[in-house]
Amino acid sequence: MTENTSTNKINSFQKEKNKDEMRKQIITFALMIFFTMIAFFAVGMGISSMFVIPLILILAIVQVGFQFYYFMHMKDKGHEFPALLIFGGIWVTFLVGVTFVTIIWW
Amino acid sequence: MSHDHSLNPKTMPEDPAKATMEGKHKFLGLWFFLGGETVLFACFFGTYLALRNSTAGGPTSQDLFGLDLVFLMTVLLLTSSLTSVYAMYHMKNNDFKKMMLWLGITALLGFGFLALEIYEFAHYISDYGFTFRSSAFGSAFYTLVGFHGGHVVFGLSWLIALMVRNAKRGLNLYNAPKFNTFALYWHFIDVVWVFIFTVVYLMGMVS
Repeated sequence: MTENTSTNKINSFQKEKNKDEMRKQIITFALMIFFTMIAFFAVGMGISSMFVIPLILILAIVQVGFQFYYFMHMKDKGHEFPALLIFGGIWVTFLVGVTFVTIIWW
Repeated sequence: MSHDHSLNPKTMPEDPAKATMEGKHKFLGLWFFLGGETVLFACFFGTYLALRNSTAGGPTSQDLFGLDLVFLMTVLLLTSSLTSVYAMYHMKNNDFKKMMLWLGITALLGFGFLALEIYEFAHYISDYGFTFRSSAFGSAFYTLVGFHGGHVVFGLSWLIALMVRNAKRGLNLYNAPKFNTFALYWHFIDVVWVFIFTVVYLMGMVS
């Protein structure tokens, strides 16, 4: 009996913890929708491309950060390997991007 | 019997997806895969960036792209990412029915996205004659965006297979890692889409 009650207590604690986590996820989602809308509005209003392109790229990077750290839980414990793998991938992305954008300059 | 019992415990552990060794391996394996996927899409993005102005006299990105459709597609895919977070939330609360409900909503939103993408491609092909062979821009565009669409098709097939196969099993430590693995993959599809709508569509309409 005592065992049962103690597990129930842990369960309600866990449920509350999960609920708290879900609240953070919804805030994350709202921010992501907000960033998306800023990016589309900025392009739709036709502001100079010198300003708009860096702006939408930064918004995309922030949004992807939210996706990785909140939706995909990279902020949680035990995600050292995932972080290594993803940042490895991002490093290659950077190299490939620089290579292909500069190769057409000549 | 004992094996079955260990996968169906009376009280679910805090994180059922990573409670077994198999679950831990699936989790790590998927992240390895996603690291590789990042490199794959990096190559497609690099190629697209280099070739996006090589239109060979055909339609340019400014002729083709429209904000409304892309915004709708973005909202559908982003919302489907949130609904799969909801599904994993109910998985952690050991509520199988609600998890399946939210996974079903995720699938519907994914199909909505796919339908819009098919409509978009059909519109480019029939109204502008813009195909894979029109120009280097055409090839790079359809390879990048089409491959992302292919990932959505694969993700939806995966999700439906999981839902049908586990419909009568209920949630246990055997299938929890499978659902969690799918959810991570589905978020990654949205990660790629964020860069597609920014780099391909929005930057294509600006410059």
